[in-house]
Amino acid sequence: MRIGTIDKLDKFRAKCERQFKAQKKKIIVCLGPGCLASGSDKILDEFKSVLKKKKIKGITVETVKKTGCHGFCACGPLVVIEPEGIFYAKVKKIHVKDIIEKTLLKGEIIEKLLYTDPHKKSKKYTDYRSIPFYKYQTRISLRNLGLIDPDEITDYIAAGGYAALAKALTKMKPQKIINEVSKSGLRGRGGGGFSTGRKWATCAKVDDEPRFVICNGDEGDPGAFMDRCIMEGDPHSILEGMIICAFAVGSHDGYIYVREEYPLAVVNLQRAIEAARELGLLGENILGTGFSYDIKIIRGAGAFVCGESSALMKSVAGEIGEPRAKYIRSVVKGVYDKPTVLNNVETFATVPVIIEKGSKWFASIGTEKSAGTKAFSLAGKVRNTGLIEVPMGMTLRDIIYKIGGGIEEDRQFKAVQTGGPSGGCLPEGKIDLPVDFDTLTKAGSMMGSGGMIVMDERTCMVELARYFLDFLVSESCGKCVPCREGLHQLLILCTKITRGKASENDLDLMEKLSKVIQVGSLCGLGQSGPNPFMSTVQYFRDEYLSHITDCKCPGRSCRALITYTINDKCNGCVACISVCPEKAITGEKKKLHVIDQDKCSQCGSCEVVCKYDAIDIT
Amino acid sequence: MSKRTARLETILDRNPRDPSSLITVLQDIQKEFRYLPVEVLSDAAQALNVPLSKIFSASTFYKAFSLTPRGETIIRICKGTACHIKGADLLLEQLESALNIRAGETSSDLKFTVEVVNCVGACAMAPVMMVNNKYHGHVRVDRAVRLAKKG
Ligand SMILES: Cc1cc2nc3c(=O)[nH]c(=O)nc-3n(C[C@H](O)[C@H](O)[C@H](O)COP(=O)(O)O)c2cc1C
Ligand code: SF4
Ligand code: SF4
Ligand code: SF4
Ligand code: FES
Ligand code: FES
Repeated sequence: MRIGTIDKLDKFRAKCERQFKAQKKKIIVCLGPGCLASGSDKILDEFKSVLKKKKIKGITVETVKKTGCHGFCACGPLVVIEPEGIFYAKVKKIHVKDIIEKTLLKGEIIEKLLYTDPHKKSKKYTDYRSIPFYKYQTRISLRNLGLIDPDEITDYIAAGGYAALAKALTKMKPQKIINEVSKSGLRGRGGGGFSTGRKWATCAKVDDEPRFVICNGDEGDPGAFMDRCIMEGDPHSILEGMIICAFAVGSHDGYIYVREEYPLAVVNLQRAIEAARELGLLGENILGTGFSYDIKIIRGAGAFVCGESSALMKSVAGEIGEPRAKYIRSVVKGVYDKPTVLNNVETFATVPVIIEKGSKWFASIGTEKSAGTKAFSLAGKVRNTGLIEVPMGMTLRDIIYKIGGGIEEDRQFKAVQTGGPSGGCLPEGKIDLPVDFDTLTKAGSMMGSGGMIVMDERTCMVELARYFLDFLVSESCGKCVPCREGLHQLLILCTKITRGKASENDLDLMEKLSKVIQVGSLCGLGQSGPNPFMSTVQYFRDEYLSHITDCKCPGRSCRALITYTINDKCNGCVACISVCPEKAITGEKKKLHVIDQDKCSQCGSCEVVCKYDAIDIT
Repeated sequence: MSKRTARLETILDRNPRDPSSLITVLQDIQKEFRYLPVEVLSDAAQALNVPLSKIFSASTFYKAFSLTPRGETIIRICKGTACHIKGADLLLEQLESALNIRAGETSSDLKFTVEVVNCVGACAMAPVMMVNNKYHGHVRVDRAVRLAKKG
C-alpha cells in the first residue's frame, strides 16, 4: 500500500492508533542487547508457545510484544506488563507460566520478580515509572524504546511517527526547517557538539549537486551503545530525521553507515527502509509531494577511525578509510567530493521531535548552550547499568547516584570516564559538575558520544590510561607520524609505569609528547588521543607517582606490582584450583590452600571465584 | 566454471562491478568462505577492475577481514572499556590457556578461533563474550571455557 497524500497518512495514523490502543494488555519482552545476552529471546518464544496452546480472554499471541532496549539492562531479562507498567526483573523461562497464570489471569503480582530498592531493602516497585532509575530521566531520542516493536512501522506511526515529516514537507520551506533546527540549539550528539542547524545551512548553500545526507552509525567508542539501541529499537526515528534533513538541504540520496559488530542493527534498519518505501514515506515522490529521497545501508568492516567524518566518506565509496586534512570541510566536499551532511544516529532521531514540538520547546530543556537531553550508556562499577537519557545540566552525582543507584557493593567512587578514547576521567571532586558539552570539555574530559563508565577504588587510573593508549595505537590509521609514532611511545612509557619500571622523567616526557601529538595529528583520533592520559595525570598524579617511586598500585590491579596470597578464611572448597591457568594453587579438600608465588601470574582468576574472601591482594 | 568461481560470481552479481563495491564484495566473500582466499581475491580484483595490491591493503586495514582460514567456532572476547574494567583479560587468558592458542589465532584442527573485539554494544552486561553469534553477559572466568566449548 502506498500513502499518496498527507490526508491519507492522517487517516492511516488514526487506524494505527486504534489498533495500538485496542491491545490494552501488552506483555512486553525486551530484546535489547543486554537482555538478549541473558536469553530474552527464549522468554519471548516461551510466552508465544504457551499462549498458542492456552485460550485466555482478551489475551492472544499478539499480546506479546518485543521491543528494543527498555533501559534498565542491569535487571534484564525484563518483562513489562502494560497498561499497569508492572516491571518484572531477571525473568527466566520458568517464570513465564507463572506470569501468565498469576498476573494475566488473576491480576496478582509476583513479588519475587519485582525490582527491589538496594538501599531500602524492603521497598519493591510495581509500576516501573516510579523506580528512581526511570523517574529522573527525560526521554527524547529514546522516546519509543521499550514501547514499540521496531519491526512494525504501524507502531511507530501510532506513536506519532512521520507526522513531523508530513509537517516539514507541506507546511515548511527548507529554509524554515533549517532555521527551526538552528534555533533549537541542537548540537551534534556524535562527539564534537557542532551546531546541527549551522551544518545543514552551510550544506544547503553550497552550489553543487548532488548533495548527500549520511547517518553515522559507526559507534566506535568502546563502552557506548546508545546508537546501537536506537538503530535496533527505533529505526524509523532515524529515517524520519534523515528525510527531513534531506528535504531541508536538497538531497536525494543518503547512506547509513553501520559498524560491523552490529548485524541486528543492519537487519532492523533494512526492514524499516523497506517498510517506509512500501508506504511511500521513502523513495520516489514521498507522500505525493514530489520530493524524492532514498537511503542505502553501508556496513563498516571493523575500523574505529572510519567513524571520523572524512574517513567514513571514503569508506562509503569503497576506499580505505584514512582521514584527510580538513582545509576543505566535508559539508562542501564529502562523499564523492559532493556536499554532504553527516550526523550521528541520536542527532537524527531527535530531529522529528524538534520539528513537531518546535525549537522553543527543545531549547527550554537543558542548559543555555547545550539544549535538550543526552543519552548515555551507563556502565562499569555502577549498580544500575543501562541506557539512560537526561536533560543536559544534570550533575554527574545525580546521574551516578540517583539514576545509577551508586557504586556496586557499596565501594568507594573513584572516577567517571566520559567521551571514550577522546575523553577523560573526572575524579570525586568534579562529581557535582553539570553534564553539558562545555563544562565537560573545560574539566578536561568530553561529552563524546555518551559512554559513561564509572570506576571504583579497584580501578587503576594508570592502567586505564594504558588501556586507552593501547586501543588507539591499534586503531590509528598510521597516516601521520605524531599519531602513529607518538601514541606508540606513550603506550611504551605508560606500560613501563604500570610495571613499576619508570622514573619521573618518563612522566615529564609523556606530558611533552602529548602536546606534540595533540597539535601535530591530522584527525581527531590523534588530536584527542592523549586525553585519557592527560586527564588521569591531572587528577590522579599521586597514583602515577606511587607506581613510579614506591612500585605500588593503589588500585591493586597492576599485575607486576601485586601478589596474591591465601588467608585463613580459606575453607578448602577447591574452586580456585580449577580456574588457575598457571596451576599455581595447591591444597587438599577442606584444608588451607597455598599459592606458589613462582608460578602465579597475578591473573586474578582465583579472587573472582573465591566465595569466602580468602584471597588477599597486596 | 569451478565451484569457487561460481560462488564468487553470485557475489559479484549482487553488486555493481566497479571499484566502489570493493568493501561490500570483500564482506560478502568473507561471509561465504569465512575468510578471504587469495585465489578468490585475484579473481575479484579483475572483475572489479581494482589492482590486487589495493585489495590486500583493504583486507589488512579493516579488522573484519582475515586472510587465513578461521575456525568453526568463533569466540569473541569483548575488550571495550566496560568489559576491560570488569575483567575481560581474565576471560581471554582462560581461553588462551585452555585452547592453547593466542588471541587472533585459530586452533590447528580448525575448531576454534579466538578474537578480541572492542565493544559489542552490550556493555551493561560486562564482561561480555560471544560464541559464534550468541552473546553471553556477566561471564565469570569459570564459565568462559565451558561456554566456548559448547559452541
Ligand atoms: C576517530 C573518530 C571517531 C569517530 N567516531 C564516531 C562515531 O563512531 N560515531 C559518530 O557519530 N561520530 C563519530 N565521530 C565524529 C564524526 O567525525 C562526526 O563529527 C559526527 O558523526 C558528526 O555528527 P554530529 O554532528 O551529529 O555529532 C568520530 C570522530 C573521530 C575523530
Ligand atoms: S591522527 Fe592518527 S588516525 Fe588520524 S589521520 Fe593521523 S594517523 Fe590516521
Ligand atoms: S592470581 Fe591467577 S595465576 Fe595466581 S594463583 Fe590466582 S588464579 Fe593462579
Ligand atoms: S576458592 Fe577460596 S576458599 Fe576455596 S580453596 Fe580457593 S582460596 Fe580457599
Ligand atoms: S537490553 Fe533490555 S533493558 Fe537494556
Ligand atoms: S565494553 Fe564490552 S560490550 Fe561494551
